[in-house]
Amino acid sequence: MKSSYREALRAGIREAMQRDPRVFLMGEDVGAYGGSFAVSLGLLEEFGPERIRDTPLSESGFVGAGIGAALGGMRPIVEIMTVNFSLLALDQIVNNAASLLHMSGGQFHVPLVIRMTTGAGRQLGAQHSHSLEGWFAHIPGLRILVPATLEDARGMLWTALEDPDPVLIFEHGSLYNVTGELDDDAGPVDIEAAAVRRAGGDVSLITYGGTLPAVLDAAGQLAADGIEAEVLDLRTLRPLDEPAILASVARTHRAVVVDEGWRSGSISAEISARITEHAFFDLDAPVGRVCSAEVPIPYSKHLELAALPSVERIMAAAREVTAVRG
Amino acid sequence: MSDPMSPGPGRVDQEHGRHLLLQMLRVRQLEEKCIELYSASKIRGFLHVYIGEEAVAAGILETLSPDDAVVATYREHGHALLRGVPAATILAEMYGYLEGCCRGRGGSMHLFDAATRLYGGNAIVAGGLPLAVGLALADKMSGRSNITACFFGDGAVAEGEFHESLNLAALWQLPVLFCCENNLYAMGTALGRSESQTDMALKAAGYEIPAWGVDGMDVLAVEEAARRAADSVRAGGGPHFLELRTYRFRAHSMFDPERYRDKAEVLKWQERDPIGLLRSTLEAAGQLGPGEWAQLQTEAESEIARAVEIAETGTLEPLEDLTRFVYSERSAP
Repeated sequence: MKSSYREALRAGIREAMQRDPRVFLMGEDVGAYGGSFAVSLGLLEEFGPERIRDTPLSESGFVGAGIGAALGGMRPIVEIMTVNFSLLALDQIVNNAASLLHMSGGQFHVPLVIRMTTGAGRQLGAQHSHSLEGWFAHIPGLRILVPATLEDARGMLWTALEDPDPVLIFEHGSLYNVTGELDDDAGPVDIEAAAVRRAGGDVSLITYGGTLPAVLDAAGQLAADGIEAEVLDLRTLRPLDEPAILASVARTHRAVVVDEGWRSGSISAEISARITEHAFFDLDAPVGRVCSAEVPIPYSKHLELAALPSVERIMAAAREVTAVRG
Repeated sequence: MSDPMSPGPGRVDQEHGRHLLLQMLRVRQLEEKCIELYSASKIRGFLHVYIGEEAVAAGILETLSPDDAVVATYREHGHALLRGVPAATILAEMYGYLEGCCRGRGGSMHLFDAATRLYGGNAIVAGGLPLAVGLALADKMSGRSNITACFFGDGAVAEGEFHESLNLAALWQLPVLFCCENNLYAMGTALGRSESQTDMALKAAGYEIPAWGVDGMDVLAVEEAARRAADSVRAGGGPHFLELRTYRFRAHSMFDPERYRDKAEVLKWQERDPIGLLRSTLEAAGQLGPGEWAQLQTEAESEIARAVEIAETGTLEPLEDLTRFVYSERSAP
């Protein structure tokens, strides 16, 4: 059947609500408004206000309440409108959700899922456009998911809800309207392994989330020039599927990491470091990186586009590493 | 409220009065032992003792059932003890031993206990309030009649999480008993120097939460107020808020030189020592003789002394277990 990324997410939420009465959704405007990105549209009518729960603008309060409800035996899905607003809830996410299990000596699990929008590309200005999932991937105790495909948008949620630990799901804003074919019986998917989205022996293009479409586009154009790129979709940023990254580099001997986050101290830096640590002798060229310019993302369209990883920059980086003779 | 300084006879049943006195003595004894062990370098980290404030935890926890939940702060040794966590387990935690209630991973500020539904031990001021709201939400959504008692200090009312939590609890009519342990200082900052409105009950009233102030040095007054509030919360009356007016007799932590308050102020509050007040009440009513007083003291002392002996036999968690419990351990398929 034809589905958008948004509809796939909604189908995942609906299925979880139907399967487990402990599951409920709460967040700003998830109910009467239908979700600020219309992900939960119609769910209030279907499940009622107890389980599709509108909250006040209290990110720390309702994220913390989600943690408490998870401790109390529920399986909450907390929606934060964008990752930028999640900074108001950092105390709860880092000091409580990520720490309680260890701090309590293994006594208290936090089976909580937090969903949020991330990323730029829609001229929303700095305070609605940042990509901070790499920051959260720094935190032990969290699991960080970055669904880039319809199957993952549909299927990661249930697996995340079954996880006894807190899981954060980052949905790139540019993906909501992406449409494609989704199997009628598409269901839960694993949240452990990276996936090769395109095979190719000349260079590994390692990416996730919102930049996957641009990377696949770049790989297609590179093929016309005789450069075959393997595209690795990380799918999860913590824990990183390090074996898949290293295996890809072992096949291609060249790597470019594409990440919409800023370069300094980023997940792309972590991936590059791990390749250097563990696959140095497989490499025929230095690891390349395509990241966002180190500026708060600007409003003006030409500036915003210049700040973000583009198909052209990805192709240029791939050409640069493949030009190095092995 | 009657004046606890000139108590009339028979404010409390004799047996129950002695029980409350013993509870406070147990906390006092534990805390004094903690200071001693800290001075001997057997306990490290930050240590915040509850001496002077015992009536608050003793009075409130008395009114909870075992299925209720408790969220507390970093000054929570007394709450853990009175909730039923064995003193030896609390002390072993502070020693950093595997036998501690959190295997030595939490320490003094992070005592957790699943068996008694003690959810910390939160060392971020006001960080426990949203958790309490969520625990109560889970109880309400699951149709359970439990309540959640949430302890926090006067410093917490300056935090956004305090206001967010009160609003949510009131908006959703959740079974939370908010217990503000107002000891007049947020670490070294006097309440009047940090709050434009120092009447806590008024703040709670702004969220349509029934709230009242209580003499936090009078355990009988605390218990009475807590019972009234807890009963109402349990009956579906939504969150309630108690401001327990109390005082910390000792420094904020073991590192605090106490430059911010006069010795005279401390001495004045010590005249209203919660243990001394209840002792006088019981003695005036002929419910406590010198023999019984000595007996209660001995009972508390022996319990804590024995707990120290047990704690000292603790063991260190093997280093290879360092990274356990960052994520849940899954049983093999």
